[in-house]
Amino acid sequence: MAALDRDSDEDLVSYGTGLDPLEEGERPKKPIPLQDQTVRDEKGRYKRFHGAFSGGFSAGYFNTVGSKEGWTPSSFVSSRQNRADKSVFGPEDFMDEEDLSEFGIAPKAIVTTDDFASKTKDRIREKARQLAAATAPIPGATLLDDLITPAELSVGFELLRKMGWKEGQGIGPRVKRRPRRQKPDPGVKIYGCALPPGGSEGSEDEDDDYLPENVTFAPKDVTPVDFTPKDNVHGLAYKGLDPHQALFGTSGEHVNLFSGGPEGANNLLGDVGVNKGRKLGISGQAFGVGALEEEDDDIYATETLSKYDTILKDEEPGDGLYGWTAPRQYKNQKVSEKELHYVGKILDGFSLASKPLSSKKIYPPPELPRDYRPVHYFRPVVAATSENSHLLQVLSETAGKPTHDPGTHSRHQLNASKRGELLGEAPIQGAPTSVLEFLSEKDKERLKEVKQATDLKAAQLKARSLAQNASSSRPQPSSPDVGHCSWHMALSGGTAPVRASNFKPFAKDPEKQKRYEEFLVNVKRGQKDALECCLDPSMTEWERRREQDEFAQAALLYVSSHSTLSSRFTHAKMEDDAEQVEVPRDQENDVSDKQSAVKMKLFGKLTRDTFEWHPDKLLCKRFNVADPYPSSTLVGLPRVKRDKYSVFNFLTVPETTSSPATQASSEKVPQHRGPDKSRKPSRWDTSKEEKKEDSISEFLSLARSKVGPPKQESSPLVNKEEEHTMESVSNKVNKGVDSQTEGEGSRPSMDLFKAIFASSSDEKSSSSEDEQGDSEDDQEGTREADFQGSQEADSVETSSVAQASEPAPQEPAPFFPIQKIQVDEREEFGPQLPPVFCPNARQKLEAPLKEKHKKSKEKHKTKKEHRRKKEKKKKHRKHKHKGKQKNKKSEKSSSSESTDSSDSQSDEEGAADLSPQELLRRLG
Amino acid sequence: MEDNNKVTPKRGFPGQKVSVQATVRWRGREGGAMAFPEPKPRAPELPQKLLKTLDCGQRAVRAVRFNVDGNYCLTCGSDKTLKLWSPLRGTLLRTYSGHGYEVLDAAGSFDNSSLCSGGGDKAVVLWDVASGQVVRKFRGHAGKVNTVQFNEEATVILSGSIDSTIRCWDCRSRRPDPIQTLDEAKDGISSVKVSDHEVLAGSVDGRVRRYDLRMGQLFSDFVGSPITCTCFSRDGQCTLVSSLDSTLRLLDKDTGELLGEYTGHKNQEYKLDCCLSERDTHVVSCSEDGKVFFWDLVEGALALALPVGPSVVQSLAYHPTEPCLLTAMGGSIQCWREETYKAEGGTG
Repeated sequence: MAALDRDSDEDLVSYGTGLDPLEEGERPKKPIPLQDQTVRDEKGRYKRFHGAFSGGFSAGYFNTVGSKEGWTPSSFVSSRQNRADKSVFGPEDFMDEEDLSEFGIAPKAIVTTDDFASKTKDRIREKARQLAAATAPIPGATLLDDLITPAELSVGFELLRKMGWKEGQGIGPRVKRRPRRQKPDPGVKIYGCALPPGGSEGSEDEDDDYLPENVTFAPKDVTPVDFTPKDNVHGLAYKGLDPHQALFGTSGEHVNLFSGGPEGANNLLGDVGVNKGRKLGISGQAFGVGALEEEDDDIYATETLSKYDTILKDEEPGDGLYGWTAPRQYKNQKVSEKELHYVGKILDGFSLASKPLSSKKIYPPPELPRDYRPVHYFRPVVAATSENSHLLQVLSETAGKPTHDPGTHSRHQLNASKRGELLGEAPIQGAPTSVLEFLSEKDKERLKEVKQATDLKAAQLKARSLAQNASSSRPQPSSPDVGHCSWHMALSGGTAPVRASNFKPFAKDPEKQKRYEEFLVNVKRGQKDALECCLDPSMTEWERRREQDEFAQAALLYVSSHSTLSSRFTHAKMEDDAEQVEVPRDQENDVSDKQSAVKMKLFGKLTRDTFEWHPDKLLCKRFNVADPYPSSTLVGLPRVKRDKYSVFNFLTVPETTSSPATQASSEKVPQHRGPDKSRKPSRWDTSKEEKKEDSISEFLSLARSKVGPPKQESSPLVNKEEEHTMESVSNKVNKGVDSQTEGEGSRPSMDLFKAIFASSSDEKSSSSEDEQGDSEDDQEGTREADFQGSQEADSVETSSVAQASEPAPQEPAPFFPIQKIQVDEREEFGPQLPPVFCPNARQKLEAPLKEKHKKSKEKHKTKKEHRRKKEKKKKHRKHKHKGKQKNKKSEKSSSSESTDSSDSQSDEEGAADLSPQELLRRLG
Repeated sequence: MEDNNKVTPKRGFPGQKVSVQATVRWRGREGGAMAFPEPKPRAPELPQKLLKTLDCGQRAVRAVRFNVDGNYCLTCGSDKTLKLWSPLRGTLLRTYSGHGYEVLDAAGSFDNSSLCSGGGDKAVVLWDVASGQVVRKFRGHAGKVNTVQFNEEATVILSGSIDSTIRCWDCRSRRPDPIQTLDEAKDGISSVKVSDHEVLAGSVDGRVRRYDLRMGQLFSDFVGSPITCTCFSRDGQCTLVSSLDSTLRLLDKDTGELLGEYTGHKNQEYKLDCCLSERDTHVVSCSEDGKVFFWDLVEGALALALPVGPSVVQSLAYHPTEPCLLTAMGGSIQCWREETYKAEGGTG
C-alpha cells in the first residue's frame, strides 16, 4: 500500500508532512495521547493554556499553589522580636517572569521617560487633547490634565528656550512678514492635500492691517496636518453633537447637528482654551455646580427635544441641506450662478464642475383611459384536430369566424409541456412523469380505452358548452358550465385516469375529502355528472355550488402541479442513507423448510441456496481463475438498499404470500382460468377432473406449483411427458395456486416429495393405499404396464414409482413454505413491491415449469415428439448445457419458452407413453 | 438411507472409478501417477497398526496435519507452539513459537517452504519452514481462528474464525488487511477447505458454503446441525460434511444431494476432524469415544472402529497417498499404518 502511495506521489502535489513509512511488520504507531501532549516553557515548566492574566502562563505549582509543598508566604517570619515588616505588594509580586518579559503584560523594557520627552504645551498636543476630549466618553475629562501641569520641562525644551525660543513660535531664523498668500482661484485645481484652511491662517488675519517694515518675526509654528482616519460610517464632514456646543453653549442656542463646516472645524481644531473668552470648566448636569463656576444660570439646563429639529424643514436660510449631512449649500450668496449648483465646502483636491449636469428628463406614465379594466379575456379556442373538427365547425358557425390557430391556446388550457411544445423546446428528459409509464402494455391499452371513452364524452360536453359560450358574446368564467368543462377536460387528459391518492386537499374534513375522492373516481370514469352525484344532497344550493367549484379547482391544481413538478424534477441518483440500510440482495431463506427437508434426508434442491457471489479481483488472480464478473466492481454478495425498518428485511416472504395477489389477478383475468374456476378447487377434485392425464403429471404439476417456481434453477425434475402434460401442467399450476390460497391443508403430501426426490424402494407400499378411486386405478394399471415396458430397457432398480407418486392424503402434509421467487429477486432491486395485478402472473408460474420440461427433455433419450418441437427444444438444450447452473440464463430463456407452451399443447398427445418411472428416476 | 445410496450410482461416484475423467487438481494428487487409479486396484487397506506414538510435549494437541507429500506432520499445541515432525521416524524437526495463544490449525504450502497457522490469539501466522521465523502475522479476525488453509499456490491464506468470517490473506503483498472477507456465515466457521477454484466452508450455523470463484457463485447447503468438518473428496466431486448430530454426510458437490450418510461414531460436542481415505474408498472420522471410525464410502457400512485411546480423538490426518493415519489424543499423536506395512530401511 505504501508502495502504491509512493508511486502516485510523484505526479501529485502533496501538502503537509507525510507520515513516516511503516516498517515491515510494524503496526501503525499510535499517536501521542492527548494527556501526554504538553507544552513547556523555557524553564521546563508546564505551560497551561489558560491563566489569569495573559492566557498561557502557569500560576504557581501546576496551577495550584506556589510550590510543591504548598503556599508559603514569603514574608512570614515566625519570631516575636523581629516582626515581618509590612511590605507593600505591587502587581509584579503576583506575576511571573514571563509577564515582565518583552511580550508579557508588564514589559520591563527601556523606554523614554517623561523627563526627556517634550513637555511643551504646544498646540499639536493641545489639539490632540482636544480631539480626544471631544470624542471621549466623558467630554472634557482631559481638561483635568491641563489643570495639573508638571513643573519640570524637558531637556530639549529648556535648550530651545536658552537659544531664545519662546513658546508658540516656530523654530528657525526670524523672518520678515511674508506676503499674504493668495486665496486659490475657484477655477484652479488643487491636487493632493492642501493645508487645512483653518488654524494658522486664522490667526494671521488679525495681523493683516499692520505690517511694519523693519520688524522681523519669528517663523510661525507649523501645525502638522492632522490626518485623522475616517473610521466611522457617518457622512463626510459629519460630526456628532459637539459637547462644547451642547454643554457649554448658551441655552438659547439652537443645537444644529449639521452646522459643521469651516467654523465647526475651527472650533474644534482652533483654540478651545480661549474659546471666546469663556472659561473652560466642568459644568453640566453630571458635575453639579462647581465652586469655580461663575455662570450658574444653566446649571440645571436640560436637554429638551425642542432644541432639535423634529421635522425636515423646507429650507432654512443659510442652510439648504434638507437634513443631509452633505456639505452645506447656499452658504455663500454672492457666488455666481454657475456655482449655485454646488456651494459649500469643496473637498480638498476637488473642484467644481464647469459644466452642469444635464438633468434627467422624467416622462410621466401614460394615462389610462377612464374605462380601462385591468382584466383580459381570451376567446375560447379549439385546436383543430381530427376529432373535434366538427366542433370547430360548429364554433366557427356560431361565432362567425374561425378560431383555428394553434398558437392561441388559452393559457389556462396549456400546461408547461404544451407550451414547451409550442415554443419548440425539447421535452425534458427526466423521470417518468406518471405512473402510466410503469404499466405494462396491456394495462396501457385498457387505460387508453377508458380514456378514449372519457375523451369522447368530454368532447361532447365541451362542444355543447363551447357552443353555448360562443353564442354569448363574452365567455363567463364564473358560469358553472365552463368551469365544469374546463376541469373535466383537464382531468380527462393526460394523467387524469391514474392519480396518486395522496393528494388530499380536504384532509381536514374527512367527509369532504371522501366526497372529493368520489368525485375524482367519477371523473375518471368519465361521468359528466361527476360532481352532482357525489355532492351531499343535504347541502344547500349555495354550498353545493361552492363545493363544486372547490373540487374543480382542487382537481385542476393537482393535475397541473403533479405533471409540471414531476417533469421538472428527477429522482435522486444517490439515495439518502438515513432511512435505508444495505442488505444482501439474496438471503438464505428460512431454515424451517430446510430443517424438515433435512429430516427427510431430502438433500439437494431443497437444502441448497445458490447466490451470485463476486470474488475479489485479486483473489481471482491469486487463484489463477478468470474473474467471473469482469465488469463488476462488486465484491461479495450483491447488496441492495432497503428500508431500514422495512418488514421485508426481516421477513422472508414465503411463496404463499404472493398467492393472494396471484389469485386476485387470476380473478381479474378470467380468461386464464380453467372452466372449473367457479367452485373451489381442491387438489383431489382437479385430479379427478383431469383423469385423462395420468396422476403423475398432476403431482408433478402440483409439486411444481409449490416447489418449482421458486427453485427452478436447481430442479433436475424430469418430465418425460412434457408434451403430454403441457396443458395440464399449466392448468394445474393455477389450480395449485388456488388451492394453496383457498385451502389450508392443501399442501403437497409427503408422498409427493418422496415421489419426486426419493427412490422407489420405500414407496412400493404406498401404491396399495392410493385413494384416487377405482377408475383411476384402472388407468394406473394400464399405465404401469407401459412403464414396465420402458423400464426394462433401462434396467434400473426403481420399479414402481408410479404408485409411489400417488398422493396419500392420510399422511400429514409437511409444510413447505417455499422461498421467494428468485426470478423476481434477481430483477428487483430495492424494497420489494407488493405483488400487484399483472396479467402475466401465469407466465411467471409457468416459466419455471417449462424450464423443467426442457431439462427433462434433454435427458430423455427415447422421446417421441414432433419434429418441429424437437428442433425448437434443441436450441434450448444447448443453452442448458452451457449454463447448467446459470440460473439467470435459464430464466431468461424460460420467458421465451413460455410462449412455446401454447403450441406445445397441440403436441400433447405425442408423448403419452413415456414412463413415469423413468421420469421419476431422473428426478431422484 | 440405504435407498439413497441406491439412487446415487449414476453420478460420478468416487468409489466407482468414474472419476477418471474429472480433472483432479486436488493437492493430494500432486504425487504424480497416483492421481489415476490403477487398472486393478488393490483391496483398500485400512491403517490399523499402531506404528508410533509421539508425545508432543505441547500439552493438548489441537490438530495434527500432514504436509503436502505426507512425509512430515505438524502438530498444533495448546502451549502456543507449532511443531514439525517426521512422524514415521518420530523425530521433532522444528518448533515454531510465536503465537500468543493455543494453535488451533495449521497447514503447509505446496512447496513445503512455508506454513500457516491460526490460533486462539486471533492471528494467522505465516511461517518460514526453514528458519522457523514468523514471516507475516495477519491480524483482523475478531475471534479465535479455527482453521487455516493455503490455496493451491500458497499465495493466499484462508482462515476461518469463530467470528463467522473467512478472510483471504494475501501472502504476496504487504497489505495488512485481507483481500476479501467472506462473511456470509451466520455463525463461526469451523472448517475451511480450498481447491483450485473453490472454497468450502463449514459453519456452526449448519450450512456448508462453497464459494466457486470460477463461476462466481455461492452454494449454500443446509445441513442443520453445526458443521464440525468439511472436506472435498479427492476427485473433487463430493464433499464430506460432519456435523454435531454424530453424522457424516457425503454430498454431491454440484447439486447438493445426499450421496451417503455415515453414523455410528459420537460427535456431539467437539470440533472433530473427518476425512476420506487416500483413494476415496473410506470415510474416516474422529469420535468422542476414543475411536476412529472407518466407513465404506459406497455402502456406508462401518468398516472399522479403530480404538485409539480412552479420551476424545481430537484430530486426525490422512496421508495423501498411502494408508497412513495420524490421530491426536491428549498430548500425543499416533501414527497408524496398514497391517502389511513394513518400515522401509528400518524406522527411526
